[in-house]
Amino acid sequence: MKAVTVSNIRKSFKNGKAVTEALRTVSLDVEQGELFGIIGPDGSGKTTLFRILTTLMLADEGTATVDGLEVVKDFREIRKRVGYMPGRFSLYPDLSVEENLTFFATLFNTSIDENYDLVKDIYSQIERFKTRKAGALSGGMKQKLALSCALIHRPTVLFLDEPTTGVDAVSRKEFWELLRNLQRQKITIVVSTPYMDEAGLCDRVALMQQGSILDIDSPQGITGKFSRQLWSARTEKMYDLILSLREMQGIVSCYPFGQVHHVVPEKDFNITQAQDKIRAMGFPDIDLAPIAPTIEDCFMHLMNHPENRMTAGRNNEH
Amino acid sequence: MSTNTVISVKDLTKRFGSFTAVDHITFDVKPGEIFGFLGANGAGKTTAMRMLCGLSLPTAGEATVAGFDLYRDAEKIKQKIGYMSQRFSLYEDLTIRENIRFYGGIYGLSNQQIKDKTAEMTRNLKLGKEVDSLVKSLPLGWRQKLSFSVAMVHNPRIVFLDEPTGGVDPITRREFWTLIYEAANKGTTVFVTTHYMDEAEYCNRVSIMVDGRIEAMGSPGELKGKYEADDMADVFLKLARGAKRSDN
Repeated sequence: MKAVTVSNIRKSFKNGKAVTEALRTVSLDVEQGELFGIIGPDGSGKTTLFRILTTLMLADEGTATVDGLEVVKDFREIRKRVGYMPGRFSLYPDLSVEENLTFFATLFNTSIDENYDLVKDIYSQIERFKTRKAGALSGGMKQKLALSCALIHRPTVLFLDEPTTGVDAVSRKEFWELLRNLQRQKITIVVSTPYMDEAGLCDRVALMQQGSILDIDSPQGITGKFSRQLWSARTEKMYDLILSLREMQGIVSCYPFGQVHHVVPEKDFNITQAQDKIRAMGFPDIDLAPIAPTIEDCFMHLMNHPENRMTAGRNNEH
Repeated sequence: MSTNTVISVKDLTKRFGSFTAVDHITFDVKPGEIFGFLGANGAGKTTAMRMLCGLSLPTAGEATVAGFDLYRDAEKIKQKIGYMSQRFSLYEDLTIRENIRFYGGIYGLSNQQIKDKTAEMTRNLKLGKEVDSLVKSLPLGWRQKLSFSVAMVHNPRIVFLDEPTGGVDPITRREFWTLIYEAANKGTTVFVTTHYMDEAEYCNRVSIMVDGRIEAMGSPGELKGKYEADDMADVFLKLARGAKRSDN
């Protein structure tokens, strides 16, 4: 049995005359015990998908199951089994840390003591503040408390909606380490994030953009499918270089990528020839080098080339 | 102020009671430089930036921003800087044209200048008819580019960007950085505070604050070399893991 199945789910929202298609025929499966990432910017449909899977919202079309149960028919049973950490801080700010956790445990007919082993790793880090009001915690600690509350009833599937947004690099790293430890307890984890660099920390990821899935695969699988050459480019005059390369014959795209630009050339464009040509264009110090694509390169390529998306074929059938 | 510093800070300190939020920080920023100001939550970034923007008086130390002294000429500093944050930037219930007029008015632009700026932004951002639609109806990516342009409406010498590119798709994000490069290329200094380390890679130089002090400063390349790190996230983790305080 799959931990989660999503089959041809569609959902749109009406706001006056405007219709927003939040999910446009989305399908995916999550294996049991998997750490599955949904990677996409704001507005890609991540939260809508989570709300449908946690039975808080009905899809317009399509079917979905969680832990083998159907999201519409079996919503009561699903609610007992899933843990959900929404994107916005969802705890009671005027209850203390311990009162929040006790409250969520009581809702599910359990207690902190009964499931302490499951939350111990996380809760022990904030336990010394257990009398502090949740509203007065730092971002990193709020996040740990919210995760403890989502876990206290020993869920089989855990849905985490952007748990690392707005959190600093140290807390982000610690949070991903906690998720890896949780996975060892045989909990399936579905986590969404707008940070492409977190994709590599998941077993498999779905890349989402404007309600559609661009690709689903392991991080290595996604980068392995990048079928173009990719070069890094560097010079003293980085801004001028963007403008020149975007006008240049044989260059498909050029984007700034931190200290270098990433350049996608036409398939048969030779790097030595390109280097000579760019040098002659007024960049005597140009340094071109072939590089391996990151998830972000792949995401951008799929945005620019819809024909390469996994859902391209499927959409045509409808 | 010499001609090649636009921000000059020496031993700048801010105490709140017995708590030293910013502890003797010293640095210079050059015109046209993209300067990244990094630190974990609670490291003192926001307090330092509020002082540099003329919003909060230092307890001790010296600083000039755009040639003006932080203690004596805070109001003049405010006229020479622009500010954009991810959270607050534009009025959603005003149209784009109205936002430009509003901010242009605040910064003392004439009606003709406001008209010219509106035309210039419409052209540069390829807005067309959307210039008369409400900001809230625009996609996030456009809003970000627009709020950057609005922060630049009075041609400031320095623009402060507070976590500018969260949440947008990777292409929009790079279009945004291209705008930043363009501004820096024309001589505007860009001061970016962020805790997203991949944004730090775009800066000419970065400083990293830990517990109120600047623990490291240099180009991303120099810092990666010095701390034997693959990327800026790694540099940051090596420095910030030793932090004593967070924002609790």
